Amino acid sequence: MRVITVAGPPSVGKTSVIVRTVKALATQGLDVGIVKFDALSTSDDQVYRRAGLPVVVGLSGSVCPDHFFVSNIDDCLGWGQQAGLDILIAESAGLCNRCSPHIQGVLAVCVVDMLSGIHTPRKIGPMLKLADLAVVTKGDIVSQAEREVFAFNVRLANPRAIILFFNGITGQGAAELAFHLRQAPPVETLDGRRLRFPMPSSVCPYCIGETVIGRDHQRGNVRKMSFESASA
Amino acid sequence: MLSLTLAELAGWHPAITEFLISADAAGAKPARTLDAWLRALTDDRLSDIGMDRDQVLDHLEALAHQVETLRGTSEQSVRSLTVLGGHDKSDRPEVLTLTLQVGDVLCIVGPTGSGKSRLLADIECLAQGDTPTGRRVLVNDAPPDPGWRFASGRKLIAQLSQNMNFVVDLTVGEFVAMHADCRMAPNRDAVVREVIACANDLAGESFAVGVSLTQLSGGQTRALMIADTALLSASPVVLIDEIENAGIDRKKALALLIAQEKIVLISTHDPVLALLGSRRIVLRNGAVAEIIETGADEKANLAILERIDRSLMEVRHRLRCGQRIDVPLAWPPTLDNE
Repeated sequence: MRVITVAGPPSVGKTSVIVRTVKALATQGLDVGIVKFDALSTSDDQVYRRAGLPVVVGLSGSVCPDHFFVSNIDDCLGWGQQAGLDILIAESAGLCNRCSPHIQGVLAVCVVDMLSGIHTPRKIGPMLKLADLAVVTKGDIVSQAEREVFAFNVRLANPRAIILFFNGITGQGAAELAFHLRQAPPVETLDGRRLRFPMPSSVCPYCIGETVIGRDHQRGNVRKMSFESASA
Repeated sequence: MLSLTLAELAGWHPAITEFLISADAAGAKPARTLDAWLRALTDDRLSDIGMDRDQVLDHLEALAHQVETLRGTSEQSVRSLTVLGGHDKSDRPEVLTLTLQVGDVLCIVGPTGSGKSRLLADIECLAQGDTPTGRRVLVNDAPPDPGWRFASGRKLIAQLSQNMNFVVDLTVGEFVAMHADCRMAPNRDAVVREVIACANDLAGESFAVGVSLTQLSGGQTRALMIADTALLSASPVVLIDEIENAGIDRKKALALLIAQEKIVLISTHDPVLALLGSRRIVLRNGAVAEIIETGADEKANLAILERIDRSLMEVRHRLRCGQRIDVPLAWPPTLDNE
């Protein structure tokens, strides 16, 4: 089974990109299943079901969504294998622009949208920097010049990625993305594999339910802001 | 690369300096070697960058390589494109050999669902019988090199449609300069001046360098997009999709694109625009059904349509200036007079 991680900030069009691309894969006789990771709630599973795709949903609730992803991804693989899938796509939102669920040896896709601003590619962390494919959406409603500047900034943020433009409404770009997804390396198990980059460490009283503000409660891994340059 | 100083690296491209500074501003001393800088990065900084040392080095190497590629003139120049027929939606063969040379203006007409988008998609991805239409596209009379065909970031078609807007909050001058930087234009300021001068030439109402992009009127926006695409876009083909006629000199716009050696495709049912091209293709049921040369009769009708168009523009102008439209409009005689 081939495994692909698809990540990207909320509302960039990850689900549309996947549905359109899977249609192209299905015409080649491939069985594709989806795991949708989200934080509080999602209705995207209905979109996938309507498209006739097997889907499971993982909601992280009060747990860090990306930590939740890592704790569950290998089980998702087991589900996909049992369902006899050819390709398993794990979709997850990069909720703080910092984390990346990308795994070594697993094809990694990052979806970014052109309406988020031309400087956004620089602000996204490993989720974009360490992806294999950068899929750029919503280009049909911004100027050609902004498209070119955006693509340039994506290239500077991740000089090794293949950049694809995708129209989630018409599906333009789906055939090309499907071509790249078919090249994903086969994976038997993720047990023992590594993430491409560690998730941020944050072990402090607030992680485990502290709600009071104040210096006395800031223990463990705490980082403080500096106001020197602001008052100078 | 490791033995180079940061000052030497900075000379390659501002993007490299920007990366070094965003990674560790305090440690980015010009005289330091990259090796020393990397070793001095703390774990905290690395965690913030979101990369380990090897990944940082790998990123810088890839960045340097990209800068080289972008700067190089490796861009294959497209002199002509030839579209060879595939089949329509009912699998009937499409009889077609359509050659487009730089400077050509081709209109595409046909109802929704007739296959206009598919034709453009075939051109964009340089189809080789591997798309739903079975069409093939030749570049300079030969099948394209597969490496070039799948090259990342190769954009054959620059698109311009009425749904497109500027969304970035910058002044005209700042934004055009930013685009020029992306293209690594050696004479940036001159190019920026030229783009803005051209745009002003196309737009009915002129605008200044310092005005915000989002404050431009529809016509000014379109004019700037056309001038920018003509002078700064790397794409050899320009597609103009159902562009409205709000306050922009369409004839001049086409002339500008032709002068920049673009292949111009226009998807429109606006009669003035459609007849400006030398040919138009008719799409039906997913295939090109006919190629119509714009003949002498059509050109004569174009002259009349242009006069009607000018009269309408004049009425619009009067409305804009707060004037009355109370003089009886005598159009049929106007048409006979000129």
